[in-house]
Amino acid sequence: MISVDAHRDLQTPEAGETRRRPSAFGGLLPATVPLALTIVFSACLPTIAAGEVIRITYQWVPSLGIGLSIMIDGLSLTFALLISAIGVFVVMYSGAYLSGHPHLRRFYLYLLSFMVAMLGLVLADNLIMLFVFWELTTVTSYLLIGFDHASGKARRSALQALLLTGAGGLALLAGLILLGIVAGSLELSEIERVADAVRADALYLPILVLVLLGAFTKSAQIPFHFWLPNAMAAPTPVSAYLHSATMVKAGIYLLARMHPTLSGTEVWLWTLTVFGAVTAVVASVLALRQTDLKLALAYTTLMALGTLTMFLGADAKVAIAAAMTFLVVHSLYKAALFLIVGIIDHGTGTREVARLRGLARAMPITAAATAAAALSMAGFPPFLGFIGKELKYEGALAVASEPLFVATAAVLANALMVAVAGVVAIRPFHGERLDTPKAPHEAPVRMWIGPVVLAALGLTFGLAPSAIEDGFVQPAAAAILGEEVIVKLALWHGINLPLLLSILTFTLGLVIYAFHDRLRLGLATIEARLPTDSDQAWDRMLDGLKGLAAVQTRLLQSGVLRRYLFVVFAALALAVGYTLIAADAVTLPASWPRLALQDWGVVGLIIAGTVMTITTRSRLAAICALGVVGIGVALIFLMYGAPDVAITQLLVETLVVVLVAVIMLRLPGLAEASGMKRRRLDALLALAVGAVMTLTLLAVFDRPLDRSVTAFFEANSVPEAYGRNIVNVILVDFRALDTFGEIAVVAVAALAAYALIRGVSGKAPR
Amino acid sequence: MNSLILNAATRLLVALMLLFSVYMLLRGHNEPGGGFIGGLIAAIGLALYAIAQGPAAARRALRVEPRAIAVTGLGIAILAGIWAALSGDAPFTGKWWFVGAEEGGKGLPLSNVLVFDIGVYLVVVGAVMTLVLTLEEEA
Repeated sequence: MISVDAHRDLQTPEAGETRRRPSAFGGLLPATVPLALTIVFSACLPTIAAGEVIRITYQWVPSLGIGLSIMIDGLSLTFALLISAIGVFVVMYSGAYLSGHPHLRRFYLYLLSFMVAMLGLVLADNLIMLFVFWELTTVTSYLLIGFDHASGKARRSALQALLLTGAGGLALLAGLILLGIVAGSLELSEIERVADAVRADALYLPILVLVLLGAFTKSAQIPFHFWLPNAMAAPTPVSAYLHSATMVKAGIYLLARMHPTLSGTEVWLWTLTVFGAVTAVVASVLALRQTDLKLALAYTTLMALGTLTMFLGADAKVAIAAAMTFLVVHSLYKAALFLIVGIIDHGTGTREVARLRGLARAMPITAAATAAAALSMAGFPPFLGFIGKELKYEGALAVASEPLFVATAAVLANALMVAVAGVVAIRPFHGERLDTPKAPHEAPVRMWIGPVVLAALGLTFGLAPSAIEDGFVQPAAAAILGEEVIVKLALWHGINLPLLLSILTFTLGLVIYAFHDRLRLGLATIEARLPTDSDQAWDRMLDGLKGLAAVQTRLLQSGVLRRYLFVVFAALALAVGYTLIAADAVTLPASWPRLALQDWGVVGLIIAGTVMTITTRSRLAAICALGVVGIGVALIFLMYGAPDVAITQLLVETLVVVLVAVIMLRLPGLAEASGMKRRRLDALLALAVGAVMTLTLLAVFDRPLDRSVTAFFEANSVPEAYGRNIVNVILVDFRALDTFGEIAVVAVAALAAYALIRGVSGKAPR
Repeated sequence: MNSLILNAATRLLVALMLLFSVYMLLRGHNEPGGGFIGGLIAAIGLALYAIAQGPAAARRALRVEPRAIAVTGLGIAILAGIWAALSGDAPFTGKWWFVGAEEGGKGLPLSNVLVFDIGVYLVVVGAVMTLVLTLEEEA
């Protein structure tokens, strides 16, 4: 578990760096970006509320069916508005929270890049585009979580989040590609149309598992939950953003987006219900265990994610509507509460529950905002949270899997939420004030404006729920279910089962709150007795991976060139030889070819060179003899009408002899390098490779040559490229891009060899 | 290496080989030759010079750091490609100008293809000379 130091995320700058002068307006300029986006998306609201879908498409890689296609439907718009609107407050808040930080501008860059990645993700209609933005959120969240790069804990948490969500991302990529193959299109809107075929396909299960792996790692479902609390090493505005409306909701978005295509099967239903319910209940118990306000909130985020997953498993309209309502409710109160914890931390110097009491007098505005947000979280009327909770109970009772199970999980999780809300909102602000590292004081406007507005929205929407009903919940639920959904959100539904469950929740929650100190001690005792937790298991897994890498590197990378060459050639002989035999392509010529005298001469030259190469004891002689073999090959090229190849071969042979002659003086004599036993093995390998290559060539010539490519170049070389030398025309015109790649390799190889030689000898490059 | 005959012969031979390499480069579009072959010939000539006169003399004769020659060649080749892209075609499309072309004659054919081939030539010369000189200075 994470231990808590006061002001952990307000790190001091490294030595030698100057703090930027705090500015009264810091954060306001960058906040215009999300503000403008919020306005743009708000302008789309009436269109989307009317049931229309906005599409914008740009071609990207048309040959692969990959496009930059944007689709704005109810679901995308709900997410997009949450992302951009909460982004406004988070950016403004950061300006004050990190005021004077030397890397404040870098922070804005990371934060805004992350926001753009999130928006791209929720607006994508193309699977590949969705994946690219999905990965971008992983990368940018890595930068944000590890923003305090001087702290080892922040670096570890960032890496953990990156590896875990990155691994999930790879699974997701595989799943999306399979989905694209099965559906015959990469456009989500097209795929939804063939949903029945996808569900009936044999690949449905692999697709589902892979996609769920991506979603569950991103949205931190048990057993992948541990990265989320660890990510609290990030500065508080980052936590507020990542864990309310964005990063962790990406997995939820994916589940919602895939709902029309993949849902409706038993596997979907049970997997999501069980994982979601377990995550929700375990997380809310763990939330109660925390003494750090921020960590407690992190675990309640897990609870919300579990709840959302659980409801997305269902098909019932009211369950989906409940999920969408809760999504909005949770984003509003959770962003507010995270920002408030940052204010408390900022104002008092600690986030420890035990050290915070009676702050209401010193921080009246924060106290009021906290109360409002916490009431929404606990689900008290007349806040939006109450409506969300009522709807959840109604949805839970309507799910197809196991209404009793889902409803019990929901009641339990919500009761624990009530208790945690009390811990966050009542304890720190009431009672006798305790000593804190700093004298408590109210935060600047830029910091409290966000929580106040977000908490007030929770109240406003609670009193007038039709505002989010038309704009968000109905269009989003309709986008998920593919049919019109009418949901009536209201505070008073009459006396029914959900209301009774609500009353049960409050009672249970207040009882838990009353005993929460004792419960926390009990949980801590249990936790101490547990043999291990996921975080330690993660460390062990990483260590194991590193060990495995070390072992296989020692095994395969011997560092001896001749061993590498042996493996390469042996693999070549075996693979090609096996293919020849398997394809039954071994053919022997019917008769000896009739060769002219000069042909025999060249063959004799090559054989003589070979014999000389393997028998001589002088390295220089061996190299020259090898050059003779090469020249013999060049002569063959020349005799059969390939002058360009012949010239190149000749020149390269010459160069090789020169180069090797230059370095050979430094090498040991031939006799020392190889013993008799090894030479026999080498001879065997050489004969095998030679035999396999000969048989391959014979097999090739056994078939008629396809001359269509030659014919094309013969016909087009002069009229199109004004050149009669086909080889050169291909090199510099028809396939110039390939040639460019080759000369780039040549240049890089020369530079690398230079660095290697100079590096080994330790001389300074000149 | 201290050989009077090799010393005397290379002075003439290297000059001829360099000249021949340019000839091979220029005629490459219609006859056997081209940037790669031309570059190899020039590199062998210069390597010969380095063996006969020593790497320091070869560096003086080259005047330019061989690594710089290789990278410059790469730059020239990519410019030839971008040239075509700038005029709206796919990168590395051939662009031709027949300077002074008249009825019945092609005039002097110039093209970005030739520029590309010169880039190839320089990369080969630069890369091989980098290897030869570095190895020789180490030996």
